[in-house]
Amino acid sequence: MRALATIAMKEFRDGLRNRWVTAAVLLLAGLALAVTFLGSAPVGTVKATRLAITVVSLASLSGYIVPLIALMLSFNAIVGEVERGTMLLLLSYPISRWQVIGGKFLGHLAILAVAVVIGYGAAGLALVLLADTAGEDVAALLGLMGSSVLLGAVFLMLGYLVSALSRENATAIGLSVGLWLAIVVLYDIALLGILMADTGQAIGEQAFAWLLIVNPVDAFRVFNLTQFANVEAVAGLTGFGKSAVVAPSLAFAAMASWVVAAGLLALARFQWSET
Amino acid sequence: MRTGRKDIRHPPQWAGGGVSVRLEDVSKRYGAHEVVRGVSLEAHPGECLALLGPNGAGKTTLFKLMLGLVQPGSGHVTLERSGPAASEGRPVREKIGFLPENVAFYDAMTGAEVLAFYARLKGASLPGCALLLERVGLGEAASKTVRTYSKGMRQRLGLAQALLGDPELLVLDEPTSGLDPALRRDFLEIIATLKAAGVTIIISTHALTEIEAHADRFAIIERGSIVASGTLPELRRRAGLPVRIRLSLAPGAVAALIRGIGGRKPPLRVCDGTLEFSCSEAEKMALIRKIARLDIPIDDLSIRTPRLDDIYAHFTTGEAAQ
Repeated sequence: MRALATIAMKEFRDGLRNRWVTAAVLLLAGLALAVTFLGSAPVGTVKATRLAITVVSLASLSGYIVPLIALMLSFNAIVGEVERGTMLLLLSYPISRWQVIGGKFLGHLAILAVAVVIGYGAAGLALVLLADTAGEDVAALLGLMGSSVLLGAVFLMLGYLVSALSRENATAIGLSVGLWLAIVVLYDIALLGILMADTGQAIGEQAFAWLLIVNPVDAFRVFNLTQFANVEAVAGLTGFGKSAVVAPSLAFAAMASWVVAAGLLALARFQWSET
Repeated sequence: MRTGRKDIRHPPQWAGGGVSVRLEDVSKRYGAHEVVRGVSLEAHPGECLALLGPNGAGKTTLFKLMLGLVQPGSGHVTLERSGPAASEGRPVREKIGFLPENVAFYDAMTGAEVLAFYARLKGASLPGCALLLERVGLGEAASKTVRTYSKGMRQRLGLAQALLGDPELLVLDEPTSGLDPALRRDFLEIIATLKAAGVTIIISTHALTEIEAHADRFAIIERGSIVASGTLPELRRRAGLPVRIRLSLAPGAVAALIRGIGGRKPPLRVCDGTLEFSCSEAEKMALIRKIARLDIPIDDLSIRTPRLDDIYAHFTTGEAAQ
């Protein structure tokens, strides 16, 4: 416990020191406020509150930004310390390797949580003060915050896995970018391509839903677009919202499984490597 | 033992016990490369064991094996705690201080922050940190970031973290490399006091002359195996290196002296008034007695027994046939 807290605290303070926390907060807040005040033009034509629109827009943007921030926080967590030469000393202390990864995870997650809560909270607060909200929308915003942190957790763990697999920092950067492209961008394009080619409708609605939530970013979007009626109304464009083949809880569980699976793989690789 | 050691220069009486390290026929390979081959060695409380050997001989890997950072391919590594302190029931790993070669720290943190971080990991007292920084001569630099530290300051900080939590085993990988002579002396002094307090010390170094007086036993390692080990007298005996005797005497007396000791085969050097020759360790005393009995006035006599660096060179250059 002591070791876990000590490492987590150090990582968080490192984040404060090197302005990572500030940068992430500003990025997310800027994004959220821009979406809130510039991106809610359609409010007049659609029967939805501005907060609902904001949540939908943010859910879509977070799918790109949050994984990126998480990977940037985590890609050099292990290989960076090995390269700098600090890992050898750290591991000579009476701590286990899971505490090293766990402590870093908690510290980085705290940085992400602060950024999400302050960044998205700022936009939410602005809208609540403008009184253009329904209670359900606020719940949707809280859901967005929670799931964003969970999405961040997935990519933190993936980052540690990349970091544990790499022998050099540069490799870890390359792998992270590749991973981000593959999961965040290419997967959806490939899925779309398959659906377009699948003229015979061989892939049923259920199978498609599974293919969606297998990807943590899509699971994140599904969670946020289907969780609340009001948001769903706005997000109707996705087409599957209404049929609700995927329960929000299932999408949430899919993301949580990614955290566990990636975390275990990262730990296994780290444990097995001999520094 | 924990409460008493306020100043490492004046350690309390050693209460007995401590940590013993034992390696039995340990081998380790990375891929096809066998880094450690069949190494057996021991170090006991209050003893300083020096590991000597060229770079890449496997010393650092041996340290990693002792610390449990890598697992041996075969053989056993045992760390054992004994004596009154062992009953505290704290894990032996909390009682190890390690200073890696070319120690690196988190550059953006201050010296005090770095030490506090490691103290928390070890469960050592935080107030003790300031004291430790003072002891290693970093009191004034404690609030500066490590980025601004010189090599010597980093090494001092490295020693400070190794001393956290009153270690009973100190593992030091080339602790004095790159340090100025004054700092080296400080370092060795600290090591000597800790040894007297019952700490087990295992040290690797290339500074043979300085470690000669401080270590109790030496293990010479080459290409992953121990080529020789023991105390200095033991190693001297095994190496069988000649003792050099040098006499200063009146030029006219040289011939008489050579005759008197029964003539000596070369190597023997005469250089106006000084006579130098080698003999084996075994015949040394008999020879000196013989010289003393000769009625030849001798101005000076010096005996040079083989030093650690002679012995090291003997065992590592392949001269040691078997």
